[in-house]
Amino acid sequence: MKDKIIKITSRYQNDRHRLMDILIDIHDLQGYVSDTDIEVLAQQLGMSEVEINETVTFYHFFSKKPRGKYNIFLNNSITAFMRGREKVKKTLEEECGTKIGSVSPDGLFGLYSTSCMGMNDQGPSAIINDKVFTNLTPYRVRKLIADLKSGKTLDEAIYESTGDGNNSDPDVRSMVFNNIRKRMILLERNYKKFEVIRNLLIKHSPDEIVGIVEESNLRGRGGAGFPTGLKWRFGRRVEADHRVIICNADEGEPGTFKDRVLLTEFPDLVFEGMVIAAYATSADIGLVYLRYEYRYLYKYLNRILDEMRKQNLLGENIAGVKHFNFDIRIQLGAGAYVCGEESALIESLEGKRGEPRDKPPFPVQNGYLGYPTIVNNVETLAAAVRIVKNGADWFKGFGTTDSLGTKLLSVSGDCKFPGIYEVEWGTSIREVMEMSGADDVQAIQVGGPSGVMISVKDIDSLGTTDLMKWYKPSGMMVAQKTFDRRLSYSDLPTGGSIMIFNSQRDLLNEVVMNFMDFFIEESCGSCSTCRNLPFLMKKKLEKIVSGHGVRKDIDDLLNWGRIIKVSRCGLGQTAANPVVSSILNFRYLYEQHVKAMADFDNVFDMEKSVEAANNFVGRKTILHHV
Amino acid sequence: MSTTIRFKIDGKEIIAEKGQTIVEAAKANGVYIPTLCNFEGLPPKGCCRMCTVKLNKRYMTACTTPAADGMEVESDTPEINDFRKGIIELLFVSGNHFCPACEKSGNCELQALAYRFKMMVPRFPFLFPQKGLDASSPKLIKEQNRCIMCKRCIKAIKDDEGRSYFAYQYRGNKLEVILDKKLGKEISDALARKAMDTCPVGSIIYKELGYYQPIGKRKYDKEPIGSDIEVQQ
Repeated sequence: MKDKIIKITSRYQNDRHRLMDILIDIHDLQGYVSDTDIEVLAQQLGMSEVEINETVTFYHFFSKKPRGKYNIFLNNSITAFMRGREKVKKTLEEECGTKIGSVSPDGLFGLYSTSCMGMNDQGPSAIINDKVFTNLTPYRVRKLIADLKSGKTLDEAIYESTGDGNNSDPDVRSMVFNNIRKRMILLERNYKKFEVIRNLLIKHSPDEIVGIVEESNLRGRGGAGFPTGLKWRFGRRVEADHRVIICNADEGEPGTFKDRVLLTEFPDLVFEGMVIAAYATSADIGLVYLRYEYRYLYKYLNRILDEMRKQNLLGENIAGVKHFNFDIRIQLGAGAYVCGEESALIESLEGKRGEPRDKPPFPVQNGYLGYPTIVNNVETLAAAVRIVKNGADWFKGFGTTDSLGTKLLSVSGDCKFPGIYEVEWGTSIREVMEMSGADDVQAIQVGGPSGVMISVKDIDSLGTTDLMKWYKPSGMMVAQKTFDRRLSYSDLPTGGSIMIFNSQRDLLNEVVMNFMDFFIEESCGSCSTCRNLPFLMKKKLEKIVSGHGVRKDIDDLLNWGRIIKVSRCGLGQTAANPVVSSILNFRYLYEQHVKAMADFDNVFDMEKSVEAANNFVGRKTILHHV
Repeated sequence: MSTTIRFKIDGKEIIAEKGQTIVEAAKANGVYIPTLCNFEGLPPKGCCRMCTVKLNKRYMTACTTPAADGMEVESDTPEINDFRKGIIELLFVSGNHFCPACEKSGNCELQALAYRFKMMVPRFPFLFPQKGLDASSPKLIKEQNRCIMCKRCIKAIKDDEGRSYFAYQYRGNKLEVILDKKLGKEISDALARKAMDTCPVGSIIYKELGYYQPIGKRKYDKEPIGSDIEVQQ
């Protein structure tokens, strides 16, 4: 193995910044990284063993223990549970002969859980090695496992036909469906590939391109909504030998899958956007950070890049523009939601654990390897192409004054037509419900777990206490007629995740609990607040739903939720949102559980806590205090 | 070009040098902003969030934010102090900090901050996590029950080639700081002592020499943490 590892590291010139690639290659070879491998890596890369270990143990898809021949990562999104994940899990465990979190005795199957993998509209789904299996049912699982046991390959085990559109491309061959339900300016089919690079770049100076994007008021589509033109202008301002454009394809917010669809159907549009951004900012290094869950697109995306190189749309003097040199490399992630945060993403690109950086300095000043770096979302880059092609005025014809253009929504949950909807900014929640065929709605989660959970009930009368008012500026307090709220940066900003829950769902026990588990699992752990508070808040929530809560517990949760706002990154700051926004908008659900008259309940059960001791000595508890 | 900057902390005028962080500038002007993961001479990394201040309605860590002309910083306010106290409490409940039995008692910054912020009973339930102890190095004990993941040792203790002796392992609430087995075996006496002195709590303990500084004569035994910085009004 030692020789093989040396061969791998030399493939990357023993560059520690390529540690992610090196580890992925080792996993491809033997499924895990052993301590001996880490020893060799440390020697080769000139690092200490704990430094290598730091990266290995951070990412969900890396392992230090041997895994199976087939490693099944079953998605644990809330919508997967709503569509029968428990039964699928049970069948998987029975058929594979092992429990989640372990490897079967014959070494054939490893079973694991994984956070939302961008398949919420076709769950429960699972990643098996680098293939995706969707719409799983116990029947399908039995068939699949039997096929694999009988020696069929994963490719052969894809039991039905492949999905729609480019999902059937020979380099993709996945059973994933795009489920595009509504197309507007971004998803329209009349896209002429690379027209802007070929014809328009030569006519406009970089400054003019930045000007057009600025004029269009395009804002980042990942969720934060930073003005794209301004980001490009900042990126140009700093003197540097190199400049970097990064396409953030790490969409990890549970419930979003729009970047997956864009990369499947319009990869050329996204890459064209990167080339335009590079031209506008004089960047020469291009990187796509592709989440590991979308690895099944890796070969296909690289083929498109190769085609672009052949047509001189990447490389040197691109499209005849003198001294415009730019190329793109795809970097795979390895399973970490926090890497969607731009500075954590950059750390990961440098081979380190995905820990957000302190800001300032911002990536536009000091990013990848210290170079000025512009990180744009997949959808943002795609929109930029349309804007440069058709002009800012055209773009302004869509959306509202503060939120121009369209937004891709990823709709899932209790509705008839889950999938991708391209809507104008300013569309109301009610319209989204109608489009997607959701007629029994208790709650809608806008913007994923880090967003808000909104209700049909008028909760205006509840915003009276100081504690609840504190949250008002955060947009989590909502006014009357909540379903008439509109998707926009000033009212309901969102990266596009919309999850619908019907009246049968237990919002606290199922939904909020699942979201808190997500934040506990995905915190990088660096900030004292985000490392500890989600876990403590979940315990408090468990106390409440188990009937031991008192009214003060609800206010405690709101108070604790304020402390987490001092965390470094957006993940940390929003990690209490599932609890806080459900209290603000569904307080009555909490009130139903708490003991209205009690001031104190210590949740201490004498009988239960001495159970083990009693069993050991074979004695029964005699309670004197009752 | 002038290199002097003027800004305000809680209304008090601060005169600073360009390039100073808010914490540094505050210190130079006799204003104490509590810190924990920050350590002079090491690059700041806002891990503990103790030095959080409010700036333009946003919470920023004063140890990482450069001072700028005209800033209006809020630091010593009931809201922010409550957050800081909450952070101290979080660190207490998420570890196992038994001060009376700890070698670092009296020299411990976490303990000193808890006194300064008058922590009585934490608002959070104690978690009493099961944590271990690594005594495999001949010079050091890494006591995980007391570690607060401040990253100081990771940044400070390196060999000649810049390799870290300490690093993080795992993530989220499973996060821990571990000592490199190989490097830990060969660590020099000076570096081992430096590691203990860098640790704000009692998580890194130098072996074979206990209580060389008697209780009662330790750093925070007489004066609360921060009082060396504060100018008496």
